[in-house]
Amino acid sequence: MYVAVKGGERAIEAAHDWLGRARRGAPDVPELGVAQIREQLALAVNRVMGEGSLYDPDLAALAIKQARGDLIEAVFLIRAYRTTLPRFGASRPVDTGAMACVRRISATFKDAPGGQVLGPTFDYTHRLIDFALAAEGAAPAPAPAPAEAPAAPMPHITGFLNRDGLIEAETPTDAIPPDLTREPVEFPAPRALRLQALARADEGFTLGMAYSTQRGYGRTHAFVGELRIGLVEVELDIPELGFAVVVGRIELTECETVNQFKGSRTELPQFTRGYGLVFGQAERKAISMSLVDRAMRWRELGEEDTGAPAQDQEFVVMHGDNIQATGFLEHIKLPHYVDFQAELELIRRLRAEAEANAAAMASEAAE
Amino acid sequence: MSPTADTAAAEGDRQRWMGLLARAEPARLAALMPTDLPAHDWLRPPETGAVMVRGRAGGTGAPFNLGEMTLTRCALRTAEGTVGMAHVQGRDRAHATRAALIDALMQGPRAAEVRRAVLEPLAEAEAAADRARAGAAAATRVEFFTLMRGED
Repeated sequence: MYVAVKGGERAIEAAHDWLGRARRGAPDVPELGVAQIREQLALAVNRVMGEGSLYDPDLAALAIKQARGDLIEAVFLIRAYRTTLPRFGASRPVDTGAMACVRRISATFKDAPGGQVLGPTFDYTHRLIDFALAAEGAAPAPAPAPAEAPAAPMPHITGFLNRDGLIEAETPTDAIPPDLTREPVEFPAPRALRLQALARADEGFTLGMAYSTQRGYGRTHAFVGELRIGLVEVELDIPELGFAVVVGRIELTECETVNQFKGSRTELPQFTRGYGLVFGQAERKAISMSLVDRAMRWRELGEEDTGAPAQDQEFVVMHGDNIQATGFLEHIKLPHYVDFQAELELIRRLRAEAEANAAAMASEAAE
Repeated sequence: MSPTADTAAAEGDRQRWMGLLARAEPARLAALMPTDLPAHDWLRPPETGAVMVRGRAGGTGAPFNLGEMTLTRCALRTAEGTVGMAHVQGRDRAHATRAALIDALMQGPRAAEVRRAVLEPLAEAEAAADRARAGAAAATRVEFFTLMRGED
């Protein structure tokens, strides 16, 4: 029997009121400002921008405050906000070679031109809890003197290998890339679409997939050829003006991996590449992205499909989005009274049938 | 200079100041604004939207869609008939309006004054921030030295 039910408005309202009080926490503790989140929890802000697929640090900080620090909930808020915005166009592809780097390291070339620049990294810290941070008001170390001039652009390290033909070339094109926010995804998907999906994929999912390739599920023998973090300019063509203007500067993390390739009938042995590009400072995600990108390229490179999850582009692209995943996962906690009623009736009928059969068999055996 | 080269130079100049205004910190631009601003009508009132930012596979290869950024744009016409336009990062409508007013003023007789009072301080602030970041990065550049070389 179908029973339409209604109710719970008062309970929902009281729950949301409580959520507001819980968000604020103890009233004798000062309230967190959005600017404090933006400045002091910048890596959380970066993650929300990357997975929310919208670069706006103030908005991401506000979403983190509203979501009480639940970053996937914050990503959800950003994605929902994004759908309310008109699209003004697409930028020219950003020139990461011209990036003003604050960090640039290579695991393959010690003496890379431009040098190894560590930037504000957790690497080489001891990962010991710093109790000094619990005492407020301690000033950080003073900043070094400004440079004489803005940093000169650093050449991409893969460019050096490219000169000798030791690594596959990435030839620029003007192709219009597919956009998974506009058109349904079809498989096999082109690399451009896979890169878009990875750029906004959940960091934990991408990390797990990348780690699986390192442990042997679709192994690609990756080295970090180069990891760089810094500001790039975003240029937009303005039809009314007839030229492109810089509409802003954004921080990006870029990772290029250098991978083994045995060669094929048409290609000499050479290195191949995996690519990661993410909003903000997000190097774990960028490295993960480049490993998974490389693993999914097995078909075009004529490699063996070992059936590893990271090689399966449908598996990766369809399951990496934490908002799609959360939506489907969490809907099962919402009222399913009618579905469950049907399941309950089915189970009762099956049990009754099984019991009747057992009874019939028992009486047959007794006869 | 030929008329085409002249146009190209003027365009390049406008392109540069529009970029500078777009990248400027909204509060800094607000503090630098001249007080006697011309009256204006909207051709397109400030509107916030998104731009899809593209990257290239491998840094140099085929384009792909990286994700969007917020952008606010507007266009206005001053009482003298000059059209000012702005496309600025973020959601700050007042920032876009100020950038469009400066764009209009830069095309008129007050260009030299506005360049000195607004654009030059903005460019200096941006360069100072870039030099500070470059200095901090340079301090973290690794100087390798050889501890021991084998087989000598």
